Amino acid sequence: MAGLRTAEGARRAGYTGPITFLGAEAHAPYNRPPLSKELLQTEGQGHADVAFPIRSALEEGVTWVLGRAAVSLDTARTVVVDDAGDEHPYSALVIATGLRPKPLPIDDHGLGGIHVLRTLDDAVALREVLRPGANVVILGSGFVGCEIAATAAKNGATVSVVTQSRVPLLRAVGPLLGAEIRRRHEEHGVRFFTGESLFGLVGDPAVERVILTSGVMLECDVLVVAVGSDPNIEWLADSGLDVSDGVLVDGGLRAVGVDGRVNPDVFAVGDVARYPNPLFDDVARRVEHWNLPTETGKRAGQLIAAHLAGEDCEPLAAAGFAPLPSFWSDQYDAHLLAFGMTYLADRSELVAGSPDDECVVEFYRGDDLVGVCGIGMRSAVQAYRTRFATPALQ
Amino acid sequence: MIKIDVDMDKCQHYGQCVFEAPEVFQLNADDKLEYQAEAPDEMLADLEAAADVCPMQAILITKA
Repeated sequence: MAGLRTAEGARRAGYTGPITFLGAEAHAPYNRPPLSKELLQTEGQGHADVAFPIRSALEEGVTWVLGRAAVSLDTARTVVVDDAGDEHPYSALVIATGLRPKPLPIDDHGLGGIHVLRTLDDAVALREVLRPGANVVILGSGFVGCEIAATAAKNGATVSVVTQSRVPLLRAVGPLLGAEIRRRHEEHGVRFFTGESLFGLVGDPAVERVILTSGVMLECDVLVVAVGSDPNIEWLADSGLDVSDGVLVDGGLRAVGVDGRVNPDVFAVGDVARYPNPLFDDVARRVEHWNLPTETGKRAGQLIAAHLAGEDCEPLAAAGFAPLPSFWSDQYDAHLLAFGMTYLADRSELVAGSPDDECVVEFYRGDDLVGVCGIGMRSAVQAYRTRFATPALQ
Repeated sequence: MIKIDVDMDKCQHYGQCVFEAPEVFQLNADDKLEYQAEAPDEMLADLEAAADVCPMQAILITKA
């Protein structure tokens, strides 16, 4: 997605030359949020239901090399090597390799019945086993875990969520809304095991039961591991880029080397990019919210077009990059919408409505508003968009 | 002219599009999306931006 948005952005900014998309997945770019919701519960849905439309600007001069993963980058020779050994030379490179789910934190002993959800293929495989009556155990209570729990419960599965956290979605929406989300899940029969992790698995050749650290044993036909993600940066190990947590980039999304120097022809966008956001502070972070692949892609596209046109990119890069993160989530009839970096907050405050119906919650770090999240009340939440700009940027 | 189609079965009325192209998209008093089905060509970039930010990817922009 971030790669697609970058290409569109470069075209919009005047770049007319060739573009190659190199992707590990066999599918053209698609939208991931439905993978834990509509696509997961609708038999027969596939790529066509989630594919991004390819705009006319990308119908010409574009080569798709799909089902091939990048395995190394040589910034001196300006080539990327793929897993078939083919070299792809570049004038400008966009790193948009995204994330992969963290694995099960204990030995899986090669057992079947263990799933993750990141790709379309993951979702189709999971859909096959989320049958009515299935005993589904979800490890993790972030957005992916909670949305799968809601979908599985709606499908008639028996769902247990196992989480080290006190309440689901704690980091993203805080204790008040997290507790409310838990209540809504429990209304639909989902059981929560908080402050817990997995101790062991029982079964052969597929998992049949899981044992929690407290000793509780749960029947388990399907174990879903949803304990966060890691950036796909291993292929950049010898590239000389700073990939200590994702790819460090400057305000122009240009990759920074371990020597601290900016690579003017290498960009990183989407979930894999780590950058400071002057709306909040000067700490470089990876932010895994859905709107940022688009924001980073548009920005990088502008820079790439300027770079390839031989223009001086420094003024553009120095202008900084201050996207407003946004996320949403649908679980049952709860429609969450948020702006900002809620997880930077040290306190949250209910300012309108009631959590068991509709409400708005503000998030503060000290005296600074860093985020807002609502259940419903969209106009009220949307109205916060302009309140995050720092005085320095205005 | 540009033609705007919103798949109202997909739309969850998040209103992200309103911020990108307020001339075409609005949330009404009940927080439901309302939109115009046509817009002039010069709005193409704004309308594509609105389609891009739609969480449900429910907005289709076509040049008529």
